[in-house]
Amino acid sequence: MDSLITHSPALIVALPLVAAFAIPLISRAGYRARSTFSLVIFGLVTFLVAVLAVDVHSVGIRVYTFGATAAELALPGGYMVPVRIMFQVDGMSIFMGIIITTVTLAALIYSLHFLKGQTGQVRFYSLMMLLYTGMMGLAFTGDMFNLFVFLEIASIAGAGLAAYRTNMADALEGGFKYIVISAVSALMVLFAIGILYSQYNVLSIAALANYMQYTTLDMIALGLLGGAFVMKLAGVPLHMWAPDTYTVAPAGTTPMILAASYTSMYVLYRITFTLYGVHIDSTAIGWIVIVVGVLSMFIGVMMAVHQTDIKRMMAYHAISQGGYMLLGVGVGLAVLANPVALASYGRDAINGGVFHIINHVFYKALLFMTAEAIFFRIGTRDTNKMGGLARNMKWTAAFYIIGALAISGIPPLNGFASKLLIYETVLQFNPVLAVIAMFVSLVTLASFAKVFYSAFTGPEMPAYREVREVPKSMIIGMAILAACVIFFGIFPGLIVDNIVAPATEALINQAPYINAVMGAVP
Amino acid sequence: MTEHIPLDFPFLAAALLMGISFYIIIFKKNLIKLIMGVAMLAAGVNLFLVALGYRAGGGAPIYTGIPKETMVLPVPQALTLTSIVINVAVLALMLTMVIRIYRHTGSLDSEKSRKLKG
Amino acid sequence: MLSKIVRTVTNGFMPIIIIFGLYIIAHGHLTPGGGFQGGAVVVSGVVMLLVAFNSQELKKSLRERVLSIMESSGALIFIGLAFAGIGTVFAYNLLVGSPIFGHIPPTGPNPGDIWTGGVIPLMNFAVGLKVIAGLSAVVLALALFSSGEEVEE
Repeated sequence: MDSLITHSPALIVALPLVAAFAIPLISRAGYRARSTFSLVIFGLVTFLVAVLAVDVHSVGIRVYTFGATAAELALPGGYMVPVRIMFQVDGMSIFMGIIITTVTLAALIYSLHFLKGQTGQVRFYSLMMLLYTGMMGLAFTGDMFNLFVFLEIASIAGAGLAAYRTNMADALEGGFKYIVISAVSALMVLFAIGILYSQYNVLSIAALANYMQYTTLDMIALGLLGGAFVMKLAGVPLHMWAPDTYTVAPAGTTPMILAASYTSMYVLYRITFTLYGVHIDSTAIGWIVIVVGVLSMFIGVMMAVHQTDIKRMMAYHAISQGGYMLLGVGVGLAVLANPVALASYGRDAINGGVFHIINHVFYKALLFMTAEAIFFRIGTRDTNKMGGLARNMKWTAAFYIIGALAISGIPPLNGFASKLLIYETVLQFNPVLAVIAMFVSLVTLASFAKVFYSAFTGPEMPAYREVREVPKSMIIGMAILAACVIFFGIFPGLIVDNIVAPATEALINQAPYINAVMGAVP
Repeated sequence: MTEHIPLDFPFLAAALLMGISFYIIIFKKNLIKLIMGVAMLAAGVNLFLVALGYRAGGGAPIYTGIPKETMVLPVPQALTLTSIVINVAVLALMLTMVIRIYRHTGSLDSEKSRKLKG
Repeated sequence: MLSKIVRTVTNGFMPIIIIFGLYIIAHGHLTPGGGFQGGAVVVSGVVMLLVAFNSQELKKSLRERVLSIMESSGALIFIGLAFAGIGTVFAYNLLVGSPIFGHIPPTGPNPGDIWTGGVIPLMNFAVGLKVIAGLSAVVLALALFSSGEEVEE
């Protein structure tokens, strides 16, 4: 059991890779063999993530060095810098790992029935496993170039999944925009990695943080990295790809591409808090993050109000809620150098922003799945054509209500807990920002209520009389997420103390991350 | 011969390539030109990485049959190789999507072939 | 399809190109080269075949099923070799010191001993296999697309 925990970071990333390449071979034995194989491997991976989470929260940072003589041996005898590729799992990494694994599990179960009758199903499951590998690699890695490789793996798999329905032209357009944006941002990341390597001659994040002196070239690298990852997480003003891509992705893959965007947000936090850490001018960088967050919140929700396509509306809301997370963590970043403010409200602001990530991914994934369920049954996403669906699709309507209440911040669901944390702390920092945040929340509730009235209630349309409920596998997928949404809303203190607080601690304090690799500073 | 080219020349060429490719990606409407812009950006970044490792008077970083004592840095060459492989896959994916978009909408203009608006 | 002279010369050249590509793959741990580079050389030979013959003709020789199995097995051999060292650490080079590929290379300039490198030459072969199969499939699919045919799966 102990060796399983030691090897679990590598196994969590390697087992889905094996599954992705073995699925074309196993599919020759039939459709059931492929589904069973995917579920078995993924069940194993979920168990390993749970075990690793318990271990990281109780013991501390876990380092895994690939190809060394022992897993934790970052600096073999006589070396001053780490030379091998490493995975470093701390509180924030395993937090993202939990989010990604839960969403992928729900998406995998949801997609089991969705694809009957579609061609190219083999490639669909392979791409889902590859996307999962890419995201987990991004969350766990401790090496800058490894970050680039996993970023590109996740982007290519995500674009392949978004453009999956090749018989529809808008799906191809969404996928094309995603791959162009991802390619440009990844090349900017590579340029920044080249700049950092040329100065310090190391590629490992902990070693770079140790040797960092904040020269002009480092500022250029920070700007490039920040711009590239704001592009990837769909922050305004670089958000143009997100509505198209989230709308056209099939089945359960929109939640996974959503999780990929928030993993890019995690990488942005890792670079700002851990790689640069104490050297940056935290007020200036914090205010830049806050401005991007407020713009995303406002523009996202304003564009969402007049959409008629249900998934496109939810995509704009995803942009807007991303602004909440940036606002919370930005406020924490702005007061990072000020210990009094940090202790009184800065830490809670980062708690709120980080807690909002997990809440948002769960309820937004639930909402996207209900929209896809409607599309599965009636073949259209236009809200003007829907009506009276609550009579026949009771489970879908119930899940939609749970998701809509959660996103608007209504107690006792989980959106309320994280939004309250953000409102309280941002109010102490700057009252104007809190007022904007509350206004955005009101408009969110209004737009979701409007869609609920038009799509689910109202007179029954004759075309939809025989519409039945969606298959059981899709209901189970949605139920997993709905259960998490309700549970996190009723016991927010439990989640914040056990899962979110270690993540915030890992962000604020870069010293344990560096010491785990470089040894204690003498 | 190599003494007459200033050592900054590859970096200027890489900057020029990246600048032209950003202009193409932002302002050009033809989809194939967009793909060419991304390919040029990749070429610029790869040139930058390889030029980082150069040490004056150095030879190839291998030991088989090489008489020189000074070598250029091998790590940026490994980074560039990985980047080239990844960009081959990305370009193949983009080209396939553009071929299918052309089949569906009959036009390579990014304004005319847009179906998703608003 | 091009003229008979071109087709005959292409048929004659193809083995030379394949052997050159395999040479680059096999000596990847000594001279510049390795899995991807050698695989790309072999695929350039396949492109030459595509230009000389019709893509419809080539589809009969390079069947999709064979390419798919080659690609998957190349990737699985690579990951399997990485898993083989899991007793110590994932991706541990366990063949160093053993008779297969296990010699220790001498320091300084030397004529090069092919039996060095441990697991790395074997991984080069796996990557070369995957690149040959994968890039041939991509090139063949693009050629078939452009000539108007749809490829399933």
